[in-house]
Amino acid sequence: MGRSVIPIGPYHPLQEEPELFTLTVEGERIVEVDVRIGYNHRGIEKLSESKSFDNSTFVVERICGICSTSHPFAYVRAVEDIFPMEVPDRAKYIRTIIAEGERIHSHLLWLGLAGHFLGYNTVYMWAWKLREEILDVMEILSGNRNNYAMFTPGGVRRDIRPQDIPVVLAKIDSIVPTLEMLRDAILDDPVLHARLKGVGVLTKEKAIEFSALGPTSRASGVARDVRKDSPYGVYDRVDWKMIVTSNGDVFDKAVVRILEMFESIGIVRQCFEALPEGPINAGIESIPPGEGIGHIEAPRGETFHYVRSDGTNRAIRHKVRAPTFMNLPTYKATIVGETISDATIILASIDPCYCCTERMAVRNHRGRLLYDGEALVELSRAKTENLKRRMGRT
Amino acid sequence: MILLNLLVFGFLVTSILGLTASWVDRKVTARVQYRVGPPFYQPLVDIIKLLGKETLVPTGSYRSVFLGAPLLGLAGAVTAASVLWMNQIHPQTGFTGDWIVVIYLLTIPSMSIIIGGFASRNPLASLGASREMKLVLSYELPFILAMLVPVVHSGLSIRLGDILLAQREAGAFAGNLSGILAMLVGLLCIQAKLALVPFDAPEAETEIVHGPLIEYSGTGLAMYKLTKNMMLFILPFFLIQMFLGGFSLAGWGILWSVLKFVGVLALITVIRNTNPRVRIDQAMRFFWGPMTVIAAVSLILALLGL
Repeated sequence: MGRSVIPIGPYHPLQEEPELFTLTVEGERIVEVDVRIGYNHRGIEKLSESKSFDNSTFVVERICGICSTSHPFAYVRAVEDIFPMEVPDRAKYIRTIIAEGERIHSHLLWLGLAGHFLGYNTVYMWAWKLREEILDVMEILSGNRNNYAMFTPGGVRRDIRPQDIPVVLAKIDSIVPTLEMLRDAILDDPVLHARLKGVGVLTKEKAIEFSALGPTSRASGVARDVRKDSPYGVYDRVDWKMIVTSNGDVFDKAVVRILEMFESIGIVRQCFEALPEGPINAGIESIPPGEGIGHIEAPRGETFHYVRSDGTNRAIRHKVRAPTFMNLPTYKATIVGETISDATIILASIDPCYCCTERMAVRNHRGRLLYDGEALVELSRAKTENLKRRMGRT
Repeated sequence: MILLNLLVFGFLVTSILGLTASWVDRKVTARVQYRVGPPFYQPLVDIIKLLGKETLVPTGSYRSVFLGAPLLGLAGAVTAASVLWMNQIHPQTGFTGDWIVVIYLLTIPSMSIIIGGFASRNPLASLGASREMKLVLSYELPFILAMLVPVVHSGLSIRLGDILLAQREAGAFAGNLSGILAMLVGLLCIQAKLALVPFDAPEAETEIVHGPLIEYSGTGLAMYKLTKNMMLFILPFFLIQMFLGGFSLAGWGILWSVLKFVGVLALITVIRNTNPRVRIDQAMRFFWGPMTVIAAVSLILALLGL
């Protein structure tokens, strides 16, 4: 059978961000996939190195609109890791509340989009309607629907007012019945079973081989969660369980995310109950020379930040690794052999976030690295020389 | 006379009712999804806007076929509608075999989408067109089997007028066991004929970006949209004539007719809003398996007089 190439991207209604999947197909069956990202390089790491430690929090917050807590959280933990210090208890609780609120809204967003990709627009609208309630909660707590600006090295920037707590708890309680209904409607729908079960299977071995992260790996039976393995915030003080399923197909990835939302709601409730009094900021005066790492469990998996300080008020190196960077290559294992109809939902099943991932362009052609950083610098110098010559300046 | 019929009933009345049906569908969908929904004239405005846009013909496409295909689809829909209207207004004057003609004409819009898709030479359009072809092949068999049930009930007459007149005497065929089964099959086939969720694989926006229509713009796209809106009226209309006794255009009958139509339309809308899209192989298995079996059973029941 003849092979043809089906492009998904760089602009495609499937994804809201520019990326290109080149699917080589025989009829409807996919025999090869090539992923190309890097359309949206923004130079955040470099930008961050030109800002003070405090200001960088806001820069990394804007890496991604959905993980707008995960990146600052990982970043402040990296800064706090440079030297021995203790974050006040109340700040830890507030950080956990914000991080879990973000997880709920991020998973709802994914759920809606997954429905949309399947042509199930009712789920799309319902999930996003529920998400509005969570965004309201976040607005009450932080003043913003997104990009909460709550984090700062040493604590949080804004306290939770006691009079807000009952309002927030009532709002969270109000979404639980609808969320339960949505859960049952999705988990028991025979058509969805037919569409999602056994599709895009990522086996446990492959998940480990590709170092998949977050719900993508937990759906394949890899019980790994930074919140359990290396607790931060107050995840070791509240009672919650890690959701792990074993099949690794798209359906299980949905199950993991849906059930995680209920765990997150439980964590938020417990945090509000146990919220201690006290300061919310350790008041860091200066950052000594040194290096630190911070990693947290973002809704999509482990977000990792590395910061090196030379004792001035800004980082001399800041490295970010977003979970999608690790999850993207799993397409090689999941998508080959499936049909084009299933390709979209498989592509969506890792909950990809390219704006998180695209801070550096790596162009790879058939396994061969075409340009590394130095080669790109050489190219750019050559181009400048060329321009100068053409303008007659040499 | 025939030309007038084609223009007035086939095109004008049907497109107005089709656009209205499309609005009802969009509005109900919006309300189900906590949205506000468009105003009633939105489908018409959409068409007018598209008519004013530039028509682009992709390089490498087969120009005349690419531009002719939408016209073919529209012509098929208009002709089918005028036959149905003629039959509705004067059931006695139809010709023997118009049932076959209508069944045939109702596949023309799907054919035009296939032809237009392949003519545009876009890989996604070809993929969508081949899916549409598979879908046509899968739903036509149960659809024809189901539509044979009213034929059997009206004394093996393949004249639409006889089917309508028989229902005026004996009551709607949907009252029989075989009739209700066949109507169910017909409804699901209509869902596929309209390429609505769960059978919208040929157009699947998030997979292949509207498939066969991807290269169409301006007038061509407007014609396809109009055809699709008209089909949203024509197919339920056909189903109502076959199983629910057609429309009645006098006195309180008008209200009853509107209720029938809105009822069928509401069913279609509800199905499309409570299901995800199925894969094309699943759709084929569904139509060749359970749907064909149910249609065959209802045909046997009809032959037994149930």
